Amino acid sequence: MNIGIQLAYLVASVLFILGIKYLGKTKDARKGNVLSAVGMFIAIITTLFTVEVFSLIEIGVAILVGAAIGLYYSQKVAMTKIPEMVALFNGFGGLASFGVALSDFFFKNANAAASLDVINLTSILLSVLIGGVTFTGSMVAYLKLDGKVSGQPITFSGQHLLNLILLIAFLAAAVLVFIDPSQVVYLYILIALALLLGILTVIPIGGADMPVVISLLNSYSGMAACATGFILNNNVLIVAGSLVGASGIILTQIMCKAMNRSLINVLLGGFGQTVATGGADGPAVVVKEIGVEETAMLFDSASSVIVVPGYGMAVAQAQHVVRELMEQCEKRNIEFRFAIHPVAGRMPGHMNVLLAEANISYDKLIEMDDINEDFSNTDLVFVVGANDVVNPAARTNPQSPIFGMPILNADKARTVIVSKRSMGKGYAGVENELFGFPNCLMLFGDAKQTIAKVVGEMKDMT
Amino acid sequence: MSISALIVLIYVLVLASYLGFELISKVPPTLHTPLMSGSNAISGITIVGALIASNEMGYSTLSKWLGLLALVLATINVVGGYAVTDRMLKMFKKK
Repeated sequence: MNIGIQLAYLVASVLFILGIKYLGKTKDARKGNVLSAVGMFIAIITTLFTVEVFSLIEIGVAILVGAAIGLYYSQKVAMTKIPEMVALFNGFGGLASFGVALSDFFFKNANAAASLDVINLTSILLSVLIGGVTFTGSMVAYLKLDGKVSGQPITFSGQHLLNLILLIAFLAAAVLVFIDPSQVVYLYILIALALLLGILTVIPIGGADMPVVISLLNSYSGMAACATGFILNNNVLIVAGSLVGASGIILTQIMCKAMNRSLINVLLGGFGQTVATGGADGPAVVVKEIGVEETAMLFDSASSVIVVPGYGMAVAQAQHVVRELMEQCEKRNIEFRFAIHPVAGRMPGHMNVLLAEANISYDKLIEMDDINEDFSNTDLVFVVGANDVVNPAARTNPQSPIFGMPILNADKARTVIVSKRSMGKGYAGVENELFGFPNCLMLFGDAKQTIAKVVGEMKDMT
Repeated sequence: MSISALIVLIYVLVLASYLGFELISKVPPTLHTPLMSGSNAISGITIVGALIASNEMGYSTLSKWLGLLALVLATINVVGGYAVTDRMLKMFKKK
């Protein structure tokens, strides 16, 4: 291999690493993304110099088509739909690695001069397995997130046994490929098994657990790229793949911790199905209702406010009226902050993006651990579209399915107002004890409309 | 591939993963979504793999089509991933 090309790959690798380092500070993050993109550009251009046989026209067309689709999608996608996009792109990444691995296999198989040794073959099979699982798994995750397939866990008896048998079958077929790589039929069996495993491992996982699943699949797509690096003896693929793999694993851990679930527990699936019995034993919660005018008055007289946003806020498209509410409060010199639970939204960090889009300054968005102490000396907490993340049962009721989950201590505030469409249950299907607390008031109705009315009342006061 | 070549690749894998863990654990939760869409773009590095692979295999049509498919998909990831990440990061403002 050419020294120049290797050095260019080294530069690209360093730029990827720097790009991620710059993501450590919000103000530098955009610069980091540009650095990473420059690294990618260098890697691609350099590689193009090595291309001989494949005609440049075909490559150009393929790149143009891909770039057009990518650019169009990235500009059109709504911020609420970013989880779907990431799920889809995880799948594309997996499928691309899968395609490269197979392409390499068929080439070496058809070409007697090229060697298909044990290391090579192992890397190919790993890439096929990880890439295949990532592809179909991500497609199922995408369909679930997008509501094209029910977000409910799909379970049947013997499911885990079936997955285990398929995995064993994969290993058996892999051994057969090793014994005689020219028998392509075994490879076809491997492909089918990998694709099937991806579907079967994601269907039992419920909608509430999707943040964990897309983080994990994100990690897999990186590992698939890594495996491809081993096939092609290419360092830049391995560096980039490991960065993505590490990122996905860290996010998976954070999400699991935020839901107090183990990864195994999430992967086994079925969460949210059997919990109905847990909610039936206690007496029905008696709630106190509050109207728009009184809400406005409470805001007006508060000196500190914390908003707890949940995905329900984004569904109601209420981010912008919440910002208006913030502006009204800031006019009155009321301290106004947002408490962000790690699982608020449908993927890691999603709520921050949704609020940033509504033009809310990022220094107002406070992480759970940094704000939880402050609830007890806060006048007013306003919960919009969040439920399980403020349910005190997570602290107090060992019977509750969400017991042990870290929550925002909204109940400790002097007054809590909950904006809610109706008395529905949270994602986990549990009754929220907070709603019956003496300091908790319910503001029923569509979040966008009711908050707009509150803002209107506040404007009239001045 | 020789064992010594494999060892070098494993070195790279282990060190890059370690560095990745160190750096990514410092990314604030506020930026986790852009981190993920940015990783989507980085995983599009398979574009390089697709180009190298397509280079060796001008002979078998199946290989060629697989390589081309990989190329289109990886390009979608690269361009879409970086563009959407930039679009998001642009929104993060401090007042």
